[in-house]
Amino acid sequence: MSVLFILILVSLGLALSFLAGFIWAVKSGQFEDTCTPSMRILTEETTQATKTSKSFKQNELKPS
Amino acid sequence: MSVDAMALEGATPLERSRSAVRVETFKYDNHIVRAFAIATAIWGLVGTAAGLLIACQLFWPQLNLDTPFTTFGRIRPLHTNAVIFAFVGNGMFCGIYYSLQRLCKARMFSDALSWINFWGWQGIIVSAAITLPLGLTTSKEYAELEWPIDIAIAVVWVAFTINLLGTILKRREKHMYVAIWFYISTAITVAMLHIFNSLEIPAGLFKSYSIYAGVQDALVQWWYGHNAVAFFLTTPYLGMMYYFLPKAANRPVFSYRLSIIHFWGLIFIYIWAGPHHLLYTALPDWAQSLGMVFSVMLVAPSWGGMINGLLTLRGAWDKVRQDPMLKFMVVAVTAYGMATLEGPMLAVKSVNALSHYTDWTIAHVHTGALGWNGFLTFSMLYWLFPRLYNTKLWSTKLANYHFWIGLLGMMFYIVPMYTSGITQGLMWKQFNKDGFLQYPNFLETTIRLIPMYELRAIGGTFYIVGIILMMVNLYKTAKAGQFVGDQEAQAPALDPAATRETARLGHRWLEGVPVTFTVLATVAVIVGGLIEIVPMFLIKENVPTIASVKPYTPLEVLGRDIYIREGCVGCHSQMIRPFRSETERYGEYSKVGEFVYDHPFLWGSKRTGPDLHRIGGKYPDAWHYNHMENPRSTSPESIMPNYPWLLSQKVDATVAGDRMRALRKVGVPYTDEEIQNASKSIDAQSKKVVMNLAVGAITNAPGDREIIAVIAYLQRLGTDIKAGGSALTNAVAAAQPNN
Repeated sequence: MSVLFILILVSLGLALSFLAGFIWAVKSGQFEDTCTPSMRILTEETTQATKTSKSFKQNELKPS
Repeated sequence: MSVDAMALEGATPLERSRSAVRVETFKYDNHIVRAFAIATAIWGLVGTAAGLLIACQLFWPQLNLDTPFTTFGRIRPLHTNAVIFAFVGNGMFCGIYYSLQRLCKARMFSDALSWINFWGWQGIIVSAAITLPLGLTTSKEYAELEWPIDIAIAVVWVAFTINLLGTILKRREKHMYVAIWFYISTAITVAMLHIFNSLEIPAGLFKSYSIYAGVQDALVQWWYGHNAVAFFLTTPYLGMMYYFLPKAANRPVFSYRLSIIHFWGLIFIYIWAGPHHLLYTALPDWAQSLGMVFSVMLVAPSWGGMINGLLTLRGAWDKVRQDPMLKFMVVAVTAYGMATLEGPMLAVKSVNALSHYTDWTIAHVHTGALGWNGFLTFSMLYWLFPRLYNTKLWSTKLANYHFWIGLLGMMFYIVPMYTSGITQGLMWKQFNKDGFLQYPNFLETTIRLIPMYELRAIGGTFYIVGIILMMVNLYKTAKAGQFVGDQEAQAPALDPAATRETARLGHRWLEGVPVTFTVLATVAVIVGGLIEIVPMFLIKENVPTIASVKPYTPLEVLGRDIYIREGCVGCHSQMIRPFRSETERYGEYSKVGEFVYDHPFLWGSKRTGPDLHRIGGKYPDAWHYNHMENPRSTSPESIMPNYPWLLSQKVDATVAGDRMRALRKVGVPYTDEEIQNASKSIDAQSKKVVMNLAVGAITNAPGDREIIAVIAYLQRLGTDIKAGGSALTNAVAAAQPNN
């Protein structure tokens, strides 16, 4: 059953690489702002839609 | 929405507002998105149509048409591969190529890599569609493709991964939206799974043997199989859910914080849950329990994600009523929730004891495939096409029809399969008051399911009609609009202050190209090293643990290869679980030491027909001969296909030497002498089978036909532990910790 240990090692290696990714993400401030990223994706990215992004900011963020 | 207008107007206000920052203009690549979208729709139709064919074959065996290329065993892997890798695979690339560019505010890293990804993937699908009906298969579920195609998959996947990471590195948006994390984990994990599960030694251009044997092969296969579901069917689609659902509802995701917890929770737990596919098999008990515990834990992040998706629509349910795209999305997310509650439940050993090998598993996976993957893909395509073609959807009404027909189809598929699975599971286990099996004849439990199989085919038909409606709708939408191939966009370059900050943390250094290549090279070296070291390590491990278990004879090897070629493992398991209901029906439960020469393992995951591990010696040779020619001649009302070509096609005995040499490389102890005398051994054993057939009144059977090899293999199955002392006690006494 040595393959079990290989699989565990490979899975652990993968988990550690995920952990490294997680630590990097936290340290570089990826998760400091957990509010605006979800709204930012709604603003359109094309040249016309930059207007949408402005109107979105004015209309959606003011109330509440 | 005119694109020309948007190109002219938008630039100046943005530049003014961010005068300090350099604003860059670039173009999103919509050509590649469209290509993948079209491929998704086409392969979706092909994959589900193949599914409908095999569904009908189960209640109407004549539909196998008595030709090898259209028989259930060969078409089933075609269906699963087409749905998973062709339909969902293209859907995933389509969603990633569209959303990643927008999330990163950058065009894809390399157009060339994008098209290598596209055409390479279609080439792989086409070669799968050719090789699988030809019977070229490794028989490992969802990894059936033979080694040259495996290599092609690895190459194309690397192209995709480089393209993905390259785009992320040149992004103009510092924050990586949660969808991107899901995409990265998909790319990395699938590469690793594919490489480790596909380690095999070629024995010809389209034939190979897994380097792992028996229980080890089973464990690697289901570590792969489970994580393929996790990282191919789930994580990329979750990323797409987090992008397309908020976009369609035009409101931010309910809790961005929860989405981050969803991601990290999910990926850390998912990779440990694989052994739940092998509960009550010969896998060590502690590994089974480990798999079960992690599977149950998976409910938490999965439901966190589902709730996050559904709550995004809070206060917007009026939109769901009007927008078919959102309807599809709601059902997809609900199906995700159902499947991820059911999955952990099925991973509990006592539930699994009933559900395993039955149609319950089929119901479970189709909740995921039809509901989660299918409906999310349809939702995305309905949303994408009007945007790619700068127009409105041709017919909202038709899309609504698709939704209801598809949903009805799903219900007609899933409910009968639950009924069927639980019915058969209970029938297998039912004892009468005298302590004998209530249904000793397996066939009795199969015939009971036929009405369910018919209902399931109706459900499948509905679902396919829905897909056709969608294709018409998307085609008309495309016709009505004007395709925007390169969509212009503007974004400020990454803020220099932010760059300085990350540089301080060493992030810039990590992102440098030389470092990337160093990392990739190291990974390549490690993988290369493992490929060389792992087999050595494992071969040493594969010493016989039961002394009476011997390698297959040359004729049996050829017979086993035919068994693999015909996809027998799709309906017949070779793993008797240690339950009284199974040992009464099939014989002694399966021991781990009996499989040390099985490259690949053939334990199976579904019993449409009975288990075959102790079939050896159960029936005379002549019974098998008649049964393979026409199963209904020996078992009236059987739903097994006819295999008349096994009676007419000649065995290619010349490949026996190559096959044995390849098997020796993976640790089966054939001597040079045995390999040289392979043809003599084949002749001698064939003659014995022919003589046995003559006893059974089959006098005209030539000894060089495939059926002879198949019979030799079937009669060998599960008999080794009876050899020598004839009783199991002897065999166990002979078991010893070797070397």
